[in-house]
Amino acid sequence: MTRLTATNLSVQRGGRTILDDVSCTLEAGMFVALVGANGAGKSTLLSVLAGLLKPERGEIALDGVALARIERRTLARRRAYLPQNPRAEWPISVERLVALGLTPYLPAFGGLPAMLEPRLTYAIDVCDLAAQRLQPATTLSGGELARAMLARALVGEPDVLIADEPMTGLDPRHAMDTVARLAALAANGKLVIAAVHDLTLAARYATHLMALREGRLAAFGPTSEVLTPDLLRSVFDVDAAVSGTGRRTRVDFTDVRATKGV
Amino acid sequence: MTASRVTPWIAALVLLAAVIASLFLGRVNVSPVDLVQGMLSPNASLAGLVVTELRLPRAVLAILVGASLGLSGSVLQGLLRNPLAEPGLLGVGNGAALGAVLSIYYGLSTAFPLTTPLLGLVGAVLAGGLTFAFGGRSTLTLILAGSAVSGLTLAILALALNFAPNPYAGYEMNIWMLGSLSEKSWDHIALAAPFIVAGLAILATMGRAVDALSLGEVQATSLGIDLDRTRILALLGVGLSVGAATSVTGSIGFIGLVAPHLVRPFVGHQPSRTLLPSALLGAALLLAADIATRMINTESELRLGVVTSLVGAPFFFWLVVRLRKVAP
Repeated sequence: MTRLTATNLSVQRGGRTILDDVSCTLEAGMFVALVGANGAGKSTLLSVLAGLLKPERGEIALDGVALARIERRTLARRRAYLPQNPRAEWPISVERLVALGLTPYLPAFGGLPAMLEPRLTYAIDVCDLAAQRLQPATTLSGGELARAMLARALVGEPDVLIADEPMTGLDPRHAMDTVARLAALAANGKLVIAAVHDLTLAARYATHLMALREGRLAAFGPTSEVLTPDLLRSVFDVDAAVSGTGRRTRVDFTDVRATKGV
Repeated sequence: MTASRVTPWIAALVLLAAVIASLFLGRVNVSPVDLVQGMLSPNASLAGLVVTELRLPRAVLAILVGASLGLSGSVLQGLLRNPLAEPGLLGVGNGAALGAVLSIYYGLSTAFPLTTPLLGLVGAVLAGGLTFAFGGRSTLTLILAGSAVSGLTLAILALALNFAPNPYAGYEMNIWMLGSLSEKSWDHIALAAPFIVAGLAILATMGRAVDALSLGEVQATSLGIDLDRTRILALLGVGLSVGAATSVTGSIGFIGLVAPHLVRPFVGHQPSRTLLPSALLGAALLLAADIATRMINTESELRLGVVTSLVGAPFFFWLVVRLRKVAP
């Protein structure tokens, strides 16, 4: 079973502490929503968990093996990483962009092996991109591009998916589709870690919630236990109300300070 | 999909046509029949000599140099994700030119003609090493270090011209830098070909890396691409091929910039699929430019680098106009 363990992670940049002594154990089956205010260290934590940024202190291990000691291609097959606002640099077709997710499976030369074609088609279909399959990626709308990039991340069928705000720019239907897909991946035994700004979506679909405040882990646990008005106030500095349970959960911010002035 | 599979073959056909044209066209007017007979007969004849000692080495050199420029341009544009990248960016070409010009400056080339390409190679190696030492850590610093090395070598080149020992040497240096395939023998090819072929072979392995880089450096790294290794390979491949090419022929501009652009729309813009066709088309373009230098009758020789620049510069304008339309 896939298990990603972080021990005492600390990251400093330009004399500033970005991550401060973060430890957690993440396992297959979890859909972890990473929440926190701007600058709380979410993106940095995701990069470190993906093995793309070396922490000053601490270690990350995948199934007990330090990420630094896993061969690049092997790691690339096991985990996919999606940065914030990914861009396509050339007008390649959606189909080819998605196929790039299979890079760690490809031989050094030649086109896409026929045995990988079904995966490609499946990823394109599942992200609702069949109509855009041959369209140049640079002409896609923001939301379409975000879906194409998600398909790119999913096509390799990784055990661990780490995504930085994968729902940004998506319309309500595709945002729900995406979050439901992430939840389904976790339900099928994958580990999904995603930075999420929409707390209601996170509350409804994520199995676990991880909250960062100024680089420190403020909370980590099953969503229903961790998601409380107290936590939200401490993490976001805003009053919040949590109502409902399960797929009917709602998170509402009630900014007392703004209304008082009126 | 089909267009991108056919493109290398079309590029190869264009190259073949250019090779044939280059063998049959030239200043010495020999009929095609005589040329073929001369090539095939074991006895030495004027027509046979024209082909085996003049036109054939010239065509082979054009293929090697053109392929170096085309492939290097294609790899660098993919690596930097910048359509304006070209082989001169890393400073190796200018380093080669500096080495070669210094051999003329010190009069070494008159004693032993191959000193020019030899010193050119040394110059290319030094320039490439300097670029790597200062800029090897990231792609941006690599370009900046390349520009710095180019600037330095151009300054020393200017210094050499400034203090040319005599007007003739100054003229020689100037003319050499304009680039040419004339008066190149099989010896020149034997000297440069091993480096060029090694460089081309290195660059040809970079398809997956430049493809993954269409997603940016972070995603490419996450897909298992070793960026440090990719940068080293690119510098090594460009340094060897373009460095050796420039040491023999002098600076030849625009081929490396233009060839990948001509190919790109036909292969769906996928960087790896531009590599081979860019190399083939680069060779064909250089052959065509060289044929032009031979066919256009001028009093003193029309230099190859002048032709490629005259044709290439308008293309650059067109590229800017097109980018302005395409860019958001």
